[in-house]
Amino acid sequence: MNGIHILTLLTVLPVAGAVVALLAGRRARTVALVTALAALALSLYIWTKLPADGSIGLVERATWAPSLGIEYHLGVDGLGALMLVLSAIVTLMSVDAAHRVHMRPNLYFCMVLLLEAGLFGSFTALNFFHWFLFWELSLIPAFFLIKLWGGAKRGPAATRFFVYTMAGSVALLIAFLAVYLATGSMDFEKLTSMASTGALGQAVTMHLGSVMMGGGVMKWLAVGVLAGFAVKVPMMPFHTWLPDAYAEAPSPVTMLLTGAMSKMGVYGLLRIAVPIFGHQIAEMRVPLLVLAVITVVMGAWAAAAQKDLKRVFAYSSVNHLGYCLLGIFVLAIPAAGVAAEASRAAALNGVILQMFNHGITAAALFWFIAMLQDRSGGERWIDHFGGLRKPAPVLAGMMGIALFASLGLPGLNSFVSEFLIFRGVFPLSWVAASFSILGLLVTAAVLLTVIQKVFTGPVPEKWASFPDMHGGERLAMAPVIGLMLLIGLLPQLIVNTVNPTVVYLLAHWRF
Amino acid sequence: MQEEMAAAFHPGNALVASGVTQVLWLVPALPMLAAGAIALLKQPRRKLSAGLAIGSLSISLVIALIAFTHVVAGWASHVAVRETVNFTWMQVGAAQVQLGWVLDPLSAIMMVMVCCVGLLIFIYSVGYMAHDENFTRFFCFLALFAGAMLGVVISNSLLLLFMCWELVGLTSYLLIGFWYHKPSASAAAKKAFMTTRVGDVFFLLGMVWLFAQTGTLLFYNGGTGSMEPLALGGLLATPSVWGLTAAGAIALLIFAGAVGKSGQLPLHVWLPDAMEGPTPVSALIHAATMVAAGVYLVARVYPLMSAGILPGGSTTALTVVTWVGAITAVFAALIAIAQDDIKRILAYSTVSQLGYMMAGLGLGGIAVGMFHLITHAFFKSLLFMGSGSVIHGCHEEQDVRRMGGLKHEMPWTFYTYMAGMLALSGFIPFAGFWSKDGILDAGKGWEISRWPFYLLVFGALLTAFYMMRQVSYVFFGKWRGQGHAHESPRVMTVPLVILGFFAVLLGFIGTPVWPWFQSFLGSSPAHFQFSALGESGSLMASSTLVVLAGLVLGWLLYGNKSPKAEEPDALERAVPPVWVLLRNKMYVDELYGVTVIAFYRWWARVSDWLDRRVWGGAVAGVALAFRGVAHLNRLMDVHWVDGGFDKGCEELAEGGGLLSRVQSGRVQTYLRLLALAVAVLALFLIWSSRG
Repeated sequence: MNGIHILTLLTVLPVAGAVVALLAGRRARTVALVTALAALALSLYIWTKLPADGSIGLVERATWAPSLGIEYHLGVDGLGALMLVLSAIVTLMSVDAAHRVHMRPNLYFCMVLLLEAGLFGSFTALNFFHWFLFWELSLIPAFFLIKLWGGAKRGPAATRFFVYTMAGSVALLIAFLAVYLATGSMDFEKLTSMASTGALGQAVTMHLGSVMMGGGVMKWLAVGVLAGFAVKVPMMPFHTWLPDAYAEAPSPVTMLLTGAMSKMGVYGLLRIAVPIFGHQIAEMRVPLLVLAVITVVMGAWAAAAQKDLKRVFAYSSVNHLGYCLLGIFVLAIPAAGVAAEASRAAALNGVILQMFNHGITAAALFWFIAMLQDRSGGERWIDHFGGLRKPAPVLAGMMGIALFASLGLPGLNSFVSEFLIFRGVFPLSWVAASFSILGLLVTAAVLLTVIQKVFTGPVPEKWASFPDMHGGERLAMAPVIGLMLLIGLLPQLIVNTVNPTVVYLLAHWRF
Repeated sequence: MQEEMAAAFHPGNALVASGVTQVLWLVPALPMLAAGAIALLKQPRRKLSAGLAIGSLSISLVIALIAFTHVVAGWASHVAVRETVNFTWMQVGAAQVQLGWVLDPLSAIMMVMVCCVGLLIFIYSVGYMAHDENFTRFFCFLALFAGAMLGVVISNSLLLLFMCWELVGLTSYLLIGFWYHKPSASAAAKKAFMTTRVGDVFFLLGMVWLFAQTGTLLFYNGGTGSMEPLALGGLLATPSVWGLTAAGAIALLIFAGAVGKSGQLPLHVWLPDAMEGPTPVSALIHAATMVAAGVYLVARVYPLMSAGILPGGSTTALTVVTWVGAITAVFAALIAIAQDDIKRILAYSTVSQLGYMMAGLGLGGIAVGMFHLITHAFFKSLLFMGSGSVIHGCHEEQDVRRMGGLKHEMPWTFYTYMAGMLALSGFIPFAGFWSKDGILDAGKGWEISRWPFYLLVFGALLTAFYMMRQVSYVFFGKWRGQGHAHESPRVMTVPLVILGFFAVLLGFIGTPVWPWFQSFLGSSPAHFQFSALGESGSLMASSTLVVLAGLVLGWLLYGNKSPKAEEPDALERAVPPVWVLLRNKMYVDELYGVTVIAFYRWWARVSDWLDRRVWGGAVAGVALAFRGVAHLNRLMDVHWVDGGFDKGCEELAEGGGLLSRVQSGRVQTYLRLLALAVAVLALFLIWSSRG
């Protein structure tokens, strides 16, 4: 351990920023911007300091409550560090987009920064207790952000969001308490290595076997853990909290929800569920794959039926994260050999890159929706727009790029990750790949319809002087659009750092 | 026979790249950079944007020509040039994802064609789009298109080809919808993108399958590429579904992509609608280059398509290619007969001719299909640009029945158009005659079935007929339109003359007597063979008769008749039911409307309903049950569900702004309850594990 606890510093930074923002009154947004920028710089620094072999680095360790197996244990690998960078970028974008908060801006930005702290904490924690603390902690500011600053139906949406996620969390907590009782440990790395030798299953069955009928305890625990993450990602049919929450939350908050918080679920699957319950996931792979395919296909199709722009993109998000689920569950298909290993590596690289890409793209899309809403007096009904490309060509162009990124156009970011996921999924399960490909088609139809209805056709009179993006907004969005292009053309910038972690993880996981 | 001759050729070393191959990436990169620069220009900068686009493509043309001469020089000294530059894009697991570009006869000749035709159309566009307010943006899209298309051409990696392929699709989408204020243009753009994407998702599956099987997506890589014998042998030895080998299945999936892009049945429906775009776009993208990308793709992966072929035989993939092509050729030609929009006639003609190219690839191999692709690119862009000139001259009129007698008003357009029309009809000795005859010749010798040959001959008759119908309406008879027609400016007619020159003479590089084109692509020496004239003479004579019959029939029905626009068409009077069927494009759009599109909408509603009612209903049910329990427990905690939570939030909103207030809110009650429940469960677990 070196002198500077950089991961702790990263988590403390937004908390400190939150306190300052709360006291800063009207200047809270500036405080939040500075804090978010500093956090981004720090997370990028962490990104460059990862161990070359893909293992977990920058480890910080201290005893906390040893009698309960609780330890202060932090560390990141390529996966964790990428999520830190993503969280930092999305928070920055969200703060930037939230320039119209008139009600209690200090409290608003305090909440946003606390949410960022929750994200950082959960992406760096390597002990269940510690991780769970931050997992729950991020929920509270998110709840209040929806509840207090949301749209007309914010109350029920916020409650549903909170209760639903909480129910998932309880399932998670129970499962881990059981694991702790059986093993006396809550440490992810230790549990992973126990799982890979089969010691975990033995210990759990020995201690808890009599509770449940037969020897299926581990399986039930796995179901609990998966349920927790399935709600968060979300996986259909555990997603019904999402459309309302995304639609009712103010758009900058939706950016955080979809851009960063949804990744906590996927991250949890990769950091916790697959390493520790890999064998059980392998046993349940068929229903899980079916649900993943349903998430991909039905998510896209449900988006096609929506009339509210925010709901369109809410369901489109479900669809995009469905590819992540697909890429993860397909790893559990038993197949040996070099070819299967190559497919797994491609799928996992694709999943991790997709997490990042979706975060950037979805956040950008909701940023544009915030802009459309601001300029149209809160309009988000898709049929009420039209012809906006004429009065607002720059907005149409930039949002168009983001839409095509989301659609998976080569040259932009999402294509690379979706290509890698399909590259990995097809040889392992061509049936799942063939059904999921429908998702690509339907998503394209949905997004092109958005372009068609919002930007083309004759200009209605009321939008004849729809203001285009001004200089500051262009400047704010240009880096994001640039990032989409950069990753689309030079994905190795991310993949070369993620790939060692992928190889390392696949070598340490047992299904 | 070709292979025996090829034995005299030394294979070039694929891993040694000459100087021109090293810089070949500039050919697509320059127009793309120009597009980027134009996009960042402050609008409108007419001269600068057109200058950037034309200048960059000119440099690309020069590099392409140098590369072409390099390949020709190699061919002259009996070297089958195939030089590649490959590089690693990213490392995934232990495998590498590689990209690269290739210079061989196929890419060289295609590159030159795309640059030539592209440049002429760029120049023509300066005149055609002169009064458009979005002139600058138009050249941005055109340049981007040229770059992406050239990227498709030089790719040595299926992945890079696919990426450029999709970019080409994007520019096509943008240019079809260029006049986006028109709802019809916007809808046509979306239709084009979606229809081609249907093919593309199959293409994507084929690509990932090929990648998984061979471990590479490079075509040529000194023996380890996916189009080289080692990989193909492995693919042939791998069985897959329905009795196909992996090679056959992958080839068919990739072909699905080509079907979409090249407007083959059943994915042809987007191409006629694509005529909503400006006419230079129709000429460049939807006639000469992009739609030919599908044909080029099949030629590029021909080793895969033909893997395991026996002399005189065919493979499943090639048989499918042949049938799809032959059926499309006739199907689209039939529809073309009954259209009145000058561009739509040409659009269906393009679909039909693309069918010929596909059939040529399936029947006779790369050279046969590619020869028709190259000649067609020149004469069809000539026809489209001629039609643009006509539309321009007739004040944006597109209905052929409202034209007439234009041969006097527009002489330049007329003579060049006639050259293109005769080339398309396959009239001896125009370019189209030689390339179409090559296809018919291959069809005659196909041992699997004679039907493709018969279909293609019938298609040739139809082609001559509908083209005669079109020129009779447009150029002969009396003027029936509004106002006064005028000839187009020099900037538009000069490209027409240059293309007309090609439409007349280009065929002579690939006649049976001197099959230079075929020898060049097949890497074999070309000789004058006057004996070949005798072998294929009878076919040439009979196909000339067929074409003459079509032309005469057309002239008899339509020549110098100048019917009024309101009068029924000559064919309509003769066979009304057939006319209605053809007029309505055989109802394919309607069929898709009640099947695919209806299903899409219905299933979207089902998904939404499932979401709201079934999943949402289940959640609501659970919530209701919990609420019931909560009411029972009211005595324990009155404010648990109803009051406490909402009230806490409201208090927070109305009351304190300080963090202390947040902490003193009633949320704790909620969390405390949760902790209590968890603790109870934990105790239960501990207790039972002890027990």
